Amino acid sequence: MKEINNKTFVKTQSLRYRAYSYRSITNKLLTYCSIIFTLISLVPLVLVLLYVLVKGSSAISLDILFLEPQPPGGDFSSAGGIGNAIVGTVIVTSIACLFSIPIGVGTGIYLAEYSNNLNVFSRFIRFGTNVLAGVPSIIAGVFIYAIIVVTKVLFGSTFSALAGAMALSILMLPIIIKTTDEGLKLVPDDLRRGALGIGASKKTTILEITLPAARKNILTGILLSIARASGETAPLIFTALFSYYHISSINDIFFEISSLSVLIYNFALEPYAAQNQLAWAASCVLLIMILFINIIAKMISRTTYKL
Amino acid sequence: MNQAKKEQFSLRFRSSLEKWIDSSFKNFSLSMAIILALLLISIFVVVYLESRESIDRYGFNFLITSEWDPVNSKYGAFTAIYGTLITSIIALLAAIPLGVGTAILLTENILPKQFSEVIGLMIELLAAIPSVILGLWAVFIMEPFLRPVFNYIHNQFGWIPFFSSEAVGPSIAPAIIILVVMILPIITSISRDSLEQVPKKLREAAYGIGASRWSSLFNVILPASISGIAGGVLLALGRAMGETMAVTMIIGNSNNFSWSIFAPGYTISALLANQFGEADGSQVSSLMYAAFILMLMTLIINIFAQWLVRKLSLKY
Repeated sequence: MKEINNKTFVKTQSLRYRAYSYRSITNKLLTYCSIIFTLISLVPLVLVLLYVLVKGSSAISLDILFLEPQPPGGDFSSAGGIGNAIVGTVIVTSIACLFSIPIGVGTGIYLAEYSNNLNVFSRFIRFGTNVLAGVPSIIAGVFIYAIIVVTKVLFGSTFSALAGAMALSILMLPIIIKTTDEGLKLVPDDLRRGALGIGASKKTTILEITLPAARKNILTGILLSIARASGETAPLIFTALFSYYHISSINDIFFEISSLSVLIYNFALEPYAAQNQLAWAASCVLLIMILFINIIAKMISRTTYKL
Repeated sequence: MNQAKKEQFSLRFRSSLEKWIDSSFKNFSLSMAIILALLLISIFVVVYLESRESIDRYGFNFLITSEWDPVNSKYGAFTAIYGTLITSIIALLAAIPLGVGTAILLTENILPKQFSEVIGLMIELLAAIPSVILGLWAVFIMEPFLRPVFNYIHNQFGWIPFFSSEAVGPSIAPAIIILVVMILPIITSISRDSLEQVPKKLREAAYGIGASRWSSLFNVILPASISGIAGGVLLALGRAMGETMAVTMIIGNSNNFSWSIFAPGYTISALLANQFGEADGSQVSSLMYAAFILMLMTLIINIFAQWLVRKLSLKY
């Protein structure tokens, strides 16, 4: 036994780090590779932000923010502004919230509080929510076009702010449902049992205990969906279309309405420099709005709170 | 005494009003879920019914011919389907190494924590930029800037069919680049999540037996997280196929088929965005048919992605 021990030498490699060994060099090369990939992926973000903020903000003035756009063809001083589009975006997105928040939060509550995973209906809803998240945004527009714009069911009007808002709310739904569902699932069951144990009804438990505990997730989801909806263009170009005028009364939601994103699309393709300039200004306003909402959502989800 | 004790533990009296409120709250949430289910079904049914006329008239020929002539009502979507597939697949191939590489950098402690947090935040902001703004940037800044590069490639490799035409303006190639920008954040954030979910012990064990960072990545961590990454890649593919505005603005919108990626092309979503506003008659149902094809394509990819994630998910 002793002999064997003396004779068998296992040739071990040194544990010391050798900087020029094959594996160290590959390791370093691959690390630099991933750094380069990251830098490449950040290039478009930096360039887009830079161009939109610099080119857009240089065009922005009070007139631009409040006036209506003028018919194309003139120079920049007579091109008007994007005021109606800013108002239109706010209106369409707010109406979309009226549709999507009750349905989204309601479905989320149903999934998390009333259903179990064995239920066929709730499994269909979960699966369908994922499918809806993957449906291209333009399909939402096509759908609303077919059932609302063509059929003129809404008081005989065709393209309308209401139709645009419905298309947007389809896109907001999966985000709101998922965040509500997941936020409610994170609430510990002990809280529910505690509330039910002292005699609260199921409705009181949900409204007073679990929903407030999950409010951060739900609010974040709603904000993110608003940010997404306000930047969407594809569903709006044939549901809400575009209008050159400010809205004058509440009745105008049954007619065509302008929005920042459609204004950018229309004016970017105009051959006139003045309209292109307006498109840059609108991009700047829209981007600042969306980044602002995103940052608020991020701040809400970061803040800690006590149950 | 005994009576008082009993009352202390007796059930609270619930009035019928309270029971009614309780059950109607449940019914409210149930009806919201039913609305969602009806919405889902009706999206598919409506788009299918609207395209019936065109499906009956053109059938399978719609997929393999590329004539789009509203005057004589002859429709074929081959150019658009080819454009959809070629742009999204090439964009995906370019975005996978960039996205996964970024995700690795963000999760593997290569950079100090603050740096990777800032980079992660920036990638999320990139996802928040609306597609129409990226399109505006692509039309006015990116495409004119890259045109000499495209033309250089054309001059050098023009004998390859893919580079056979000269770059003169909006075309498939810049559309691919803008798609890369749009799907990168999806791949990055999903790969990052699935890399972070790999148990720490696996990583430590790999380091413990003397693996270097990248050999443990390739042999242990990437295989363990491949389900999430593959799912993310498929989701990104679905997103790329349905992406509309940026592509519509930069792809050139031409229904003439060409192999070259420097020639203007079409995608299904660009076709819809361009023509729906002023379409009528049989054109509407042909566009609906195209929309139906797009919906089926993205649906199959999404379902496959969900199945794949479940199939490949961690088994230890």
